[in-house]
Amino acid sequence: MSDETFHTPVEKARSPLAEAWEMFRQNHLAMVGLGLLILIVLGAIFGPILYPTDPYEMVWAPFSPPGAEGFLLGTDYLGRDILAQLLNGARVTLIIGLAAAFVTVVIGITIGAMAGFYGGAVEEFLMRFTEFFQVLPTLLFSMVIVSLFGASLPMITFAIGVVSWTAVARITRAEFLRIREMDYVMASRASGAPGLKLMFTVILPNSLPPIIVQSALMVGSAILFEAGLSFLGLTDPNVVSWGQIIGSNRQYILEAGYTVTIPGLAIFITVLAISLVGDGLNDALNPKLRKR
Amino acid sequence: MEPLLKVENLRIELKTRAGVAPVIDDLSFELGHGESISFVGESGCGKSMTALAIMGLLPEGIGRVASGRILFDGEDLTVVSDRRLRDIRGNEISMIFQEPMTSLNPVYTVGEQIAEVLRAHQNLGQKAAWAMATELLDAVRIPNPGRRINDYPFQMSGGQRQRVMIAIALACKPKILIADEPTTALDVTVQAQIFDLLRDLRRQTGTSIIMITHDMGAVAEMAERMIVMYAGRKAEEGPVADIIAHARHPYTRGLISCVPHIVANLTDAREELTEIPGIVPGLGEFGQDRCLFSARCPQVTDKCRKARPETAIFGGRQASACWHAEEV
Repeated sequence: MSDETFHTPVEKARSPLAEAWEMFRQNHLAMVGLGLLILIVLGAIFGPILYPTDPYEMVWAPFSPPGAEGFLLGTDYLGRDILAQLLNGARVTLIIGLAAAFVTVVIGITIGAMAGFYGGAVEEFLMRFTEFFQVLPTLLFSMVIVSLFGASLPMITFAIGVVSWTAVARITRAEFLRIREMDYVMASRASGAPGLKLMFTVILPNSLPPIIVQSALMVGSAILFEAGLSFLGLTDPNVVSWGQIIGSNRQYILEAGYTVTIPGLAIFITVLAISLVGDGLNDALNPKLRKR
Repeated sequence: MEPLLKVENLRIELKTRAGVAPVIDDLSFELGHGESISFVGESGCGKSMTALAIMGLLPEGIGRVASGRILFDGEDLTVVSDRRLRDIRGNEISMIFQEPMTSLNPVYTVGEQIAEVLRAHQNLGQKAAWAMATELLDAVRIPNPGRRINDYPFQMSGGQRQRVMIAIALACKPKILIADEPTTALDVTVQAQIFDLLRDLRRQTGTSIIMITHDMGAVAEMAERMIVMYAGRKAEEGPVADIIAHARHPYTRGLISCVPHIVANLTDAREELTEIPGIVPGLGEFGQDRCLFSARCPQVTDKCRKARPETAIFGGRQASACWHAEEV
């Protein structure tokens, strides 16, 4: 018998990843979200290069409405170009979102993994610790951190991360509890794998799908969080982010509504796109939920 | 010569809701170098627990070795450090499981999973481990190993996956291979292939095999000696041929008569196919001072209900824990 005969039925099997992508592609809303997200990311990367107006410079009279005087989105209360601010702010906003989600995931996975893997007293302690953070009023707590330690971007990122890791920790723990009982974990134990290896190379990769979904959604909520803090003035006034545009113009909300509406819309669309992608990922990566 | 593995008066206790139950109650046996033995019995008789105890993998916080020793090459596995146990696992004693479909990690290629064991235990480099993994796939008769080594488990059939499991288990040339119902989840034709493979590999490597099964056919095919377990106790032990010819324990006898015999001519008279009435007692009843099989035994007497049977030896090789072993 030739090798080919053995191979034909096997080649047809599709990898779980290919299957997930197929599922995702059939989800129209998720694809719309993905398209929007790609546009936003491209705008953040190339926008400031293609539209080199300085966002911190007064370029025209304050409160020029959109379209007037050649400024597509108008100018703010200091006469700065809102389009330029929006494009430059996109970088900051997205970076804060991603970085805060990253902090969330690192803290959440570490705590959740240890709780789920070791069980017993360790789990008990870590989960009570998580619950303690869960019941803290998140916005208030992050405001305290930022006002105590200064409103620099890293501190804002850290503050957002510290108040929102609990969901990731709980999901990670739940997945670890489930995967820990799998036959292949027992098989790895039986071939002599030590605890840390089991945790990070055997159980963690298999627990990733729901964690990925949660982290994607986390990016969206981190962006909202940053906007909230900025609106309250708890931000670095020298760095333009979408929330900061809204915050600095909020006194003029009645006279020049567009100055807050435009960055507000940008946040809305971005978070919506992220949620749609997150939902799509959820359907694609968790086949059991899909069939409900 | 000292046996390779010597289990002495092993008692394993499991914590249950009703209290502590001895899933393994005073079990002793030996495994010689290159020997193949089988553990036989219904589900819930403690076969798998024995295997897990040898591997040091009893469910944490639930099961523990209460007393007795497990001597592997003179080293007591019940007291060695975790580090030493990890060194032994997969290297000197390895194990294959019942469910090949779920025993391989779905996120790594089979090659990575075989190479991993070699790197961990044999200090092989990346390249050497990979080359060795290809050889092992070839040894377990997976066609076109150079290409299949990059396959993920989902690209393989159940039989192929069990071959990969065997490749992983034998990668470090262990002294003992524990096979926990290795073919239960497979097609009959594939079962025969896996047995062939195990037999050939055993001949080549001299690995001792402990096979756990409830399939008398598999025992006859694979093992020289068998140990029949019932409710955590050894019911009977002896050479396979002797026991099949003349079982000295009513439970063994029952197990044997459950296996259908194929007759050449359909009109020939067949031996009657019987079943053992009743079920294995629950964990709560384990450890009582009586014959635990008495409730299902056709030859039961008052004595059986009052005291745990002593072991009777026949011909120096066959041992039966039955009060009426002489008459069986």
